[in-house]
Amino acid sequence: MSQKAPLLEIESLKMYYQLKDKRYVRAVDDIDLSIHEGETLGLAGESGCGKSSIALTITGILPDNAKILGGKILLGGYDVLRLNEETLRRNVRWKIASIIPQSAMSALDPVIRIGDQIAEAIMLHETVSRKEANEKVRRLFELVGLDSSRTGNYSHEFSGGMRQRSMIAMALACNPKLVVADEPTTALDVIVQAEILKLIEDLRARLNLSLLLITHDLKTIAEICDNVAIMYAGKIVERGSTLNVYENPRHPYTRLLLASIPNLRGQRRKLLFIPGAPPDLLDPHPGCRFAPRCPCATQTCRQEEPEMITIKGSSVACHHAEEHL
Amino acid sequence: MTSLIQVRNLVKYYPLRRSFFSGLFGGQKMGYVKAVDDVSFHVDEREIFGIVGESGCGKTTTGKLTIRLLESTSGSVYYKDRDIMTLNKKDMNRLRAEIQIVFQNPYESLNPRSLIRDIIAEPLAVQGYCGDLEEEIAKSLEVVGLTPIEDFLYRYPHELSGGQRQRVAIARALVLKPRFVVADEPVSMLDMSMRGGILNLMIDLKDKFNLSYLFITHDLSMAKCVCDRLAVMYLGKIVEMGATVDMIDEPIHPYVKALIEAIPDSNPRIKIGEISIRGDVPAASDIPTGCRFHPRCLYAKAPCREKEPALREVAKGRYVACHPQ
Repeated sequence: MSQKAPLLEIESLKMYYQLKDKRYVRAVDDIDLSIHEGETLGLAGESGCGKSSIALTITGILPDNAKILGGKILLGGYDVLRLNEETLRRNVRWKIASIIPQSAMSALDPVIRIGDQIAEAIMLHETVSRKEANEKVRRLFELVGLDSSRTGNYSHEFSGGMRQRSMIAMALACNPKLVVADEPTTALDVIVQAEILKLIEDLRARLNLSLLLITHDLKTIAEICDNVAIMYAGKIVERGSTLNVYENPRHPYTRLLLASIPNLRGQRRKLLFIPGAPPDLLDPHPGCRFAPRCPCATQTCRQEEPEMITIKGSSVACHHAEEHL
Repeated sequence: MTSLIQVRNLVKYYPLRRSFFSGLFGGQKMGYVKAVDDVSFHVDEREIFGIVGESGCGKTTTGKLTIRLLESTSGSVYYKDRDIMTLNKKDMNRLRAEIQIVFQNPYESLNPRSLIRDIIAEPLAVQGYCGDLEEEIAKSLEVVGLTPIEDFLYRYPHELSGGQRQRVAIARALVLKPRFVVADEPVSMLDMSMRGGILNLMIDLKDKFNLSYLFITHDLSMAKCVCDRLAVMYLGKIVEMGATVDMIDEPIHPYVKALIEAIPDSNPRIKIGEISIRGDVPAASDIPTGCRFHPRCLYAKAPCREKEPALREVAKGRYVACHPQ
């Protein structure tokens, strides 16, 4: 790993959603994460674990009831959480980090031509003329494999894959260093998904981008990410290189999650699953958050929260990480 | 072995609505969306038969036609030697006790204003059950693992997790002791760690109650873990059908090959290679001539563009709709 400071550095981030009755949902609870230049990190977890909330916090597009109760996000040298909205928009959002949102279907405005939507984004962030912006849109269309004569189309004239390609074009409009992709292929059919994954990988290498891929699908992470972080109930439970984590998972949650994925290749086997449900993030129990569902949980797990420790290149938050090797 | 369900030449066309003016001036031929176009298959006793395909291929429509939740344009469905398409309303309703469905989305398929007890009691009431209602409800909750039943009887669906809701949907489908169940993407709305639990339950119940399933899914890896036999659909037609393991290990139809190539693996060392397909799925209202896959097929020759290939048996129990090379 390079000695250069990471492109994105998240330290002890706590982002809670406040309910009407003033109670907090602990969506992101004390998280550390960093991404270096050119790195691809997959952030995996199941619904409600807080993975998308991290994407929203990084790009500063949180809803009103989201409260940041601690921590720091350094993005390309900017202290994101302490910037005002204007500087954030001028200097950070889209220019350093952009986001490919979850549903290309609803992210595109149905009554504005796709090319105009991308041009608008360029003109908001850079001082260019309309003509230059349009020229750039055509180049972006070619970059993502779309026919540049179709910039005047509306989103309903595009297939799901083409819409996702135009969202990628938009994310690249201001030459960002980091792209945050939130479930970029979840709504797509497998063949289109494979094409989009190949496109993302190709662009990442050509433009030396860093990528934060947020998904529930461990297979797409295996396909394009060098590193992976597994989240459970607002916390990161394991982090390391994808090869290392997938081949030697240390955290029981990671191990069970990997075992619950059906694979097309290899022997047909019975699917495993994890009994129980994730904890209520309004009032999480003490100790390890996975303890109630964990087959190896002991008294310690139910009382003390595990610290992140490093074992053979992976970081794991489990009291028993060293035992089950 | 006798087949429980025999589906023969099932067809469902939806007429395209003509605009007022083209209706006035006529001339143009009436268009159709050919959602299901001449589909035949059978489901044996105690068998799980899977239909796999991408969105819009007609798999859900086929499922609904099979149990007559939709009226077909033509074709017949034999359930134990009776053509259910010819039954009158009264006989059909009586037969519904034996053929049931589990829908994709348990957040929508359960009435949010009904108690779990009432949701499960409803099919019994509709069928005029006159035994011990409470006992039947209790038994079916136990069977799907919602125990202790007192914790669930007087709850509303919103108080349950997605996995628990899908168990309620299964309990409702099984309370009448059916022989045949259509399961339409029964786990795709659930988190990965929950899916195995529901699928294993469905397989256990099949053995326990001598059930047969029509299992509809977009996920070939899932189908591999669950189905005995498989049909892959493309644009309203079955393109290949046979024993699951044979088909996945040695696909014959170029579309099935492409579908398999596009699926990522959870082993990070295995990457998606080149996918032998081109273009996008055409609209179901504008189906290509000849083999409907030919515009995307890398092996298409002159006959493929002109003549529609029939689904022919190439080995015992193995059917392919592709012109012999």
